[in-house]
Amino acid sequence: MLKDWFQKKPRYATLSPPAAEPAERREAIPEGLMNKCRGCGDILLSKELEKHLKTCPRCGYHFPLSAPERIGITLDEGRFFEYDEGLTSLDPLSFPGYPEKLARMQEETGLREAVVTGEGTIDGRPVVLIVMDSRFMMGSMGSAVGEKIARAMERAADKRIPVVLFAASGGARMQEGILSLMQMAKTSGAVARLREAGVPYISVMTHPTTGGVTASFASQGDIILAEPGALIGFAGRRIIEQTIHQKLPDDFQTAEFLLKHGMIDRIVHRKDLRAELSVILQIHGEEALHVGRATL
Amino acid sequence: MSGELPFEKPLVELERRIAELRRFMETEGIDLREEIARLEERAASLAREIYGNLTPYQKVQIARHPDRPTTLDYIRGCLDVFLEFHGDRCFGDDLAVVGGIGLLEGMPVTVVGHQRGRDTKENLMRNFGMPHPEGFRKALRLMKQAERFRRPVVCFIDTSGAYPGMTSEERGIGMAIAENLLAMIDLRTAVLCVVTGEGGSGGALALGVADRVYMLEHAVYSVISVEGAAALLWKDASQAPRAAESMRITAQDLLDLEVIDGVIPEPLGGAHKDPETVIRRVKEVLVRDLRELSEVSPDDLRSRRFEKYRKMGRVFEG
Ligand SMILES: [Zn+2]
Repeated sequence: MLKDWFQKKPRYATLSPPAAEPAERREAIPEGLMNKCRGCGDILLSKELEKHLKTCPRCGYHFPLSAPERIGITLDEGRFFEYDEGLTSLDPLSFPGYPEKLARMQEETGLREAVVTGEGTIDGRPVVLIVMDSRFMMGSMGSAVGEKIARAMERAADKRIPVVLFAASGGARMQEGILSLMQMAKTSGAVARLREAGVPYISVMTHPTTGGVTASFASQGDIILAEPGALIGFAGRRIIEQTIHQKLPDDFQTAEFLLKHGMIDRIVHRKDLRAELSVILQIHGEEALHVGRATL
Repeated sequence: MSGELPFEKPLVELERRIAELRRFMETEGIDLREEIARLEERAASLAREIYGNLTPYQKVQIARHPDRPTTLDYIRGCLDVFLEFHGDRCFGDDLAVVGGIGLLEGMPVTVVGHQRGRDTKENLMRNFGMPHPEGFRKALRLMKQAERFRRPVVCFIDTSGAYPGMTSEERGIGMAIAENLLAMIDLRTAVLCVVTGEGGSGGALALGVADRVYMLEHAVYSVISVEGAAALLWKDASQAPRAAESMRITAQDLLDLEVIDGVIPEPLGGAHKDPETVIRRVKEVLVRDLRELSEVSPDDLRSRRFEKYRKMGRVFEG
């Protein structure tokens, strides 16, 4: 089904309060019109923030985007053909309160799960797009998230369409226990198939990318990009502080920290991201191969 | 008895009393055989009751028992010969992971595994069995080497998790685990895995993507430590026993969830009560499976392994 998710709405939709955590959500005063920047503390008009793709024009702070917002600013005209939209997790462990929590998150976010997958184009070039949404249970990976990612990558391998993935996740979904951990192996299998097919996979790490998602598909991209200031790491900061009993540097586990240590390819400001993805797709496109052959 | 666990106390006290009576009988020359026999019977039934009804959290305690056999014990006990190899050829040699090559009933194998210490000194050297990236990269290097020479790989899992420290993050712990998962799912050689103690999260899975995965009877395997889960769910690490119940972390749970292929029974009270027996049982399983899998082509092994993990998880198509 072809969905014009954003065509009829203003391009970046109404600015919902940007925070993932309820505590921070309360800071957005008055709701919908103005937002306090979590980088510099300035009060930003929602309209101004929208114009800058939800980044602070003063300090460059990147506010988290919902999956629909991300799809809207990444694909041509926000046109998106969604895969597996009805797919959800079950409650394999009969974990106390989990089905209720899932239902509440679905209600709150309008999403069925913490990832949205599908197809669209960037400057006319097809991509399989995989977008996580940190509003939905911290973007945690349960069976449904793993399954949707695996299926999207398999379709991409079959159709030979490059994959662009936006990671935003707190890691594993505890409520699915060991089955959540096994999604790391499952998605790794899907990435292995992409590699075998020679289909490019571009991983974009956004705030936050942590835990089991960092330790699996998000770190397996042929090309790994990150948004400025994004928290990216494996273990939680507090656990590390408890383990080593010392204060961590301010830039610890940021995109900049990872770049410095050689873990990612590039940090890209959100305003440049679509254009850079377009260049990457162009370089990996069929026509680029033909140009190469012609000049040989 | 050293290293007794809290729930073993009634049994330990009973055994102490029996020992006292024996001593008393010898020194004082009074016949207490009847009383001793009665108590011994009670001890045996108490042991069956305690060990036959272990709660998930009691299993966690057994899985972490310091006297439980470690990876090197299994290697020494199972292999005819073993050469330990060191280093990731990049940064260093992480002693929280051991690996090397050897012969198992005459069959060439590569073995890798987490290695924790028995005492404080050894644990400091082994970083309590919590690997840095270079540990996982050493394991990966040895697994790729095994693939080149068509040697099966045996992995022993025994870790509370990857090391959560600054040095780990600086050197890309997430990347290292991710690379291992990608390589292991794709390995064109047989991979067997035994969770011998605690299987903690991504640091365990980084050595755990295998054709067949076994757990010892009292081993546990979880996505997050029970203390970590309790802290997240109830903001209270002392709720670990409750978390252990909800998380489904025992060997029996994982067999039900079709995440593992079998459970290897332990002696009454746990592997540490009789290491020889449990090591022999592990060896029997490894030898049997290696013979079976040697009949399967490398490409079939790889595609079956892919299919196995592809099916994991429970979803609903709405
Ligand atoms: Zn700002």
